[in-house]
Amino acid sequence: MMLNIKNVHKQFNGVDVLKGIDLTVDKGDVVAILGPSGSGKTTFLRCLNFLEKADQGEMVFDGERFDLHSASRADIARVRKKTAFVFQNYNLFLNKTVLQNVTLGLTVAGKMKKAQANEIAVQALERVGMANKLSSYPAQLSGGQQQRVAIARGLVSNPEIIYFDEPTSALDPELIGEVLAVMRQLAEEGMTMLVVTHEMDFARHVSSKVLFMADGYVVESGPSEAFFANPQQERSRDFIKSILEARK
Amino acid sequence: MNERLWNILVDSFPKLLRYGVEVTIPLTILSFLLALLIALIVALIQYANVKVLRQICRFYIWIIRGTPLLVQLYLVFYGLPSVGVVLDAFPAAVLVLGFNEGAYMAETMRGALESVSRGQLEAGYCVGMNYLQIMLHVVLPQAFRTAFPALGNSMIAMLKETSMAATITVMEMFRQAQVINGRVYESLALYGEVALIYLLFCTILSWVQRLGEKRLATYGGARS
Repeated sequence: MMLNIKNVHKQFNGVDVLKGIDLTVDKGDVVAILGPSGSGKTTFLRCLNFLEKADQGEMVFDGERFDLHSASRADIARVRKKTAFVFQNYNLFLNKTVLQNVTLGLTVAGKMKKAQANEIAVQALERVGMANKLSSYPAQLSGGQQQRVAIARGLVSNPEIIYFDEPTSALDPELIGEVLAVMRQLAEEGMTMLVVTHEMDFARHVSSKVLFMADGYVVESGPSEAFFANPQQERSRDFIKSILEARK
Repeated sequence: MNERLWNILVDSFPKLLRYGVEVTIPLTILSFLLALLIALIVALIQYANVKVLRQICRFYIWIIRGTPLLVQLYLVFYGLPSVGVVLDAFPAAVLVLGFNEGAYMAETMRGALESVSRGQLEAGYCVGMNYLQIMLHVVLPQAFRTAFPALGNSMIAMLKETSMAATITVMEMFRQAQVINGRVYESLALYGEVALIYLLFCTILSWVQRLGEKRLATYGGARS
């Protein structure tokens, strides 16, 4: 077991957004976090990388214990070093080229030599099919291209896990496929991933586990095949049904 | 135009220009650099929401924006000596002009910083950078690009405001025009002439500003 998260609680302005979330992730798992809007999926993911400070909760990462509420600055830095985060809105550095976006963490935070960082960055950009746009700025790219660069930016630090926060939700429908293809390829290569998503096909066919959340609780979790074939909870059944119906 | 007037104008022009180049422009540049430094510090303190210091910054901006520049100049140059702080005219002018424009420029910089999406900061954290590194490499460059036109305007305003330093005995271009006028009594001609030189300086500055805006990175966006 690589990641063991226990009892994550979070309030926003007195409203309970997370009411005790548990999750276990093994190496190579691709976990799809599903649930209706407002169920706390994104908040949960952000708490794991300390983008939000949980009110309570514990994470064991590679045998190391971290308190999600009161982790020290050094602990937070250590966790972030082992992880990458892909945002819904890409959040590429707007004043940097594609290549600089991918190398900045390596050269500035990791003190790596520029030549070496460039080499690593180009390899990562090749993996996501963006090596032909090295000197473009984010504003010159489509959303799908920006998100692929953002994935490459995450890859170069050799993370043990990548968190995806609704990576395709801001994309035009015709651009979703290229991003999902990259994610599917990563999954096949054995990358451990935690993906907040509304893409049911991805959850069903690519992810190995599903965490289904509603109203700040985990309603159901387990292998994705079983979740889709035979959901145990009424709430899960309704959710799957409503999504399938919406598609018709 | 009669010959006497013509001769006065021709005689005074190089003198005025000399004081413009040797005093007005250095005064502008020094005051602007001081203002920029103050603006940056004050804006960053507010952006990072540093307690207590933030209150002090708001207080500074409140005082400066709520009192006339002329009064500030008098206070510092004529007022402070009575509590033992005696400054020469030129450094007093740099100080007052810098602190004055700094308050306005701080608001410009704060707005520019806040216009940079918080997501840039989060993305920076997630690739392992610390706050200072993100500010330096990501947020400040974007904020400067946004603030550049407004900062240029501040510099032009400041160039003209240096004429106020004449009131605290700084021998700059406008004071020189007053001195010459004291001898020849041709107010319209001399003040007209000095106005033209200010206009010339400001025109050059706005060219530089426009050139700078064009040459500054647009980050691939279609900025107008």
